[in-house]
Amino acid sequence: MHAHREFIAAFDASLKGATLPPGVTACAPDETERRFAVYRNNVASSLTEALARRYPVIQRLVGAEFFAAMARLYAEAKRPRSPVLLEWGDSFPDFLAGFPPLQTYPYMADVAAIEFARGVAFHAADAPPAAPEVFASADPSRLRLRLHPSVQVLRLTSPAVSIWTLNQPGSAPAPLTQTQPEIALILRDRAFNVPVFAISAGDAALIEQLGQGATLMAAAEMAHWAEPQHDPQPLVLRLIQSGAILDAMETPECAPKSAL
Amino acid sequence: MGDTMQGLPNRAGLGFKPEHFAAIRQSAASVGFFEVHAENYMGAGGLPHAQLAALRADYALSLHGVGLSIGGPGRLNRNHLMRLRTLCDRYEPESFSEHLAWSSHGADYLNDLLPLPYTEETLAIVCDHVDEVQEVLGRRMLLENPSTYVLFEQSTIPEVDFLTEVARRSGCGLLLDVNNVFVSATNHRMDARAYLAAFPLEMVGEVHLGGHDAEELPSGPLLIDAHGTPVAEPVWVLYAEAIARGGPRPTLIEWDNDLPEWPVLLAEAHRAQSMLDHQGGTALARAS
Amino acid sequence: MTLMKSTLGLGASLACALTLAAATTASAEGEMEKCYGVALAGQNDCAAGPGTTCAGTSKVDYQGNAWKLVPAGTCATMELPAASDGMARAGSLEPLMRDMAS
Repeated sequence: MHAHREFIAAFDASLKGATLPPGVTACAPDETERRFAVYRNNVASSLTEALARRYPVIQRLVGAEFFAAMARLYAEAKRPRSPVLLEWGDSFPDFLAGFPPLQTYPYMADVAAIEFARGVAFHAADAPPAAPEVFASADPSRLRLRLHPSVQVLRLTSPAVSIWTLNQPGSAPAPLTQTQPEIALILRDRAFNVPVFAISAGDAALIEQLGQGATLMAAAEMAHWAEPQHDPQPLVLRLIQSGAILDAMETPECAPKSAL
Repeated sequence: MGDTMQGLPNRAGLGFKPEHFAAIRQSAASVGFFEVHAENYMGAGGLPHAQLAALRADYALSLHGVGLSIGGPGRLNRNHLMRLRTLCDRYEPESFSEHLAWSSHGADYLNDLLPLPYTEETLAIVCDHVDEVQEVLGRRMLLENPSTYVLFEQSTIPEVDFLTEVARRSGCGLLLDVNNVFVSATNHRMDARAYLAAFPLEMVGEVHLGGHDAEELPSGPLLIDAHGTPVAEPVWVLYAEAIARGGPRPTLIEWDNDLPEWPVLLAEAHRAQSMLDHQGGTALARAS
Repeated sequence: MTLMKSTLGLGASLACALTLAAATTASAEGEMEKCYGVALAGQNDCAAGPGTTCAGTSKVDYQGNAWKLVPAGTCATMELPAASDGMARAGSLEPLMRDMAS
């Protein structure tokens, strides 16, 4: 018997706007359509609301009305594939990039990428930071630092970190002074906050090199190559103090140094 | 009987919301148990797990699933079921419950608890699914009666009979949502008291109470199970009657939308607790 | 600056950073208990993203056609960077209306 399978397919088609599924009724039959609409509204509203919770800055930038109408289109095109909604919405930045009414707002996709990455960082696996003592007398040329799973670097095409920052709850409207593309560093700190930092090209190179297993010294050299005036100190301090460095392992003296 | 079926205490509990975490810790709140939606704790780590682990150390815990789509056709989402198992293994909740509803079509998740016709075919499907859940989780689950907004001509089994039969065949317990009873009964011009009179209270491992919204249609009210307001007075009355007849049960106040301050929520729980303390207690004494 | 010289400078700067970090970083122990749950409510709510619910809603979502809408949020009050065509935009509604008409 496949009646139920067919019923579910018909019900879902109705949620998308088709005629009511066979057999659906109400105690006042002429109100069936209105009562069925509760389900249509539940699905559309709950997904719109879910997307707004993940992308509050986008909602603020475009306004609630525009956001709701856009979210509906997105939810229809990219339905959740899992009941775990905290994982939903990963393709929203791409959707924004290709959304015709927003074509003259090219930073929207970047801002959305920051918002999604914050969610990823918020839910990333736990991992205990390295004890501060291990850094005390470490040799940078032999030190490899493992990054916390929440650490992400986003190379953006717009000043999206500044835009994101200006649109946080409680921020006063202010003119945007930054016009150049920014690079975002996103991580989850020891207190479970998920800050967003604008970092330099050298900082980004350093983090990416650490992520690839380079020694701290080799990563700093790469950062220096990417940005000749780069000073690694503030970033290294920030990473360690945020708890974003998990292990600090010194390779033995005789081991070959990282190629660079 | 019934009060030892599940590990939740026969007290009033509250849905846990992260916004209330600090208030709960500061007030060392006297709450019988906390309930969370399982799917909100399926991220790998971070604040949600830190908070839940801290709460769990001090309180009984109920995991309430909203995404298994037990009333859907075909096989359950095994990947999702395994994630539920991981969560159960991690927190060892006193209770796991899900809904008599469907929420997925194929690979799409619709994020709503959608209704199904009650037929021999769907009864067999739901029983199979409940069996599978209980087998994979290695525990007994509770199945909750839904709020519904439409009826189906193809239904051949009354909802209470359907739930009773699922419980009988699969050995699962039931979660009696009194607000859902009131919402559905009002929407379908049926008698909530008759529904409750037929409900197998001895199979109930937990009770839910929540608020609903109302809209006036030409033929009468349309109630929506919105969980954004206090429990309505008629629902309290039905609840009192249910525990007077069936004895006290773990009772959850559900408030998921337009979340109030913690003291407002706590006051709702205290109201349920005092009813459990008085009416429920005397009824149990009478029955034994 | 020769590579050797810059490398020496880097090494010193890094060693200094590590020493500083060791001296000023609080150990993770104890910090957790102090912080969980009271951290930056507004920001974390956003990072937490969507949650599931088992409730319906009577709030009827706006069903307008996004293609006919224009963004109407803080764009209108915020100086925005130059758009893709290189033209500076204040993010007001007019330019978008013009774009959509074309």
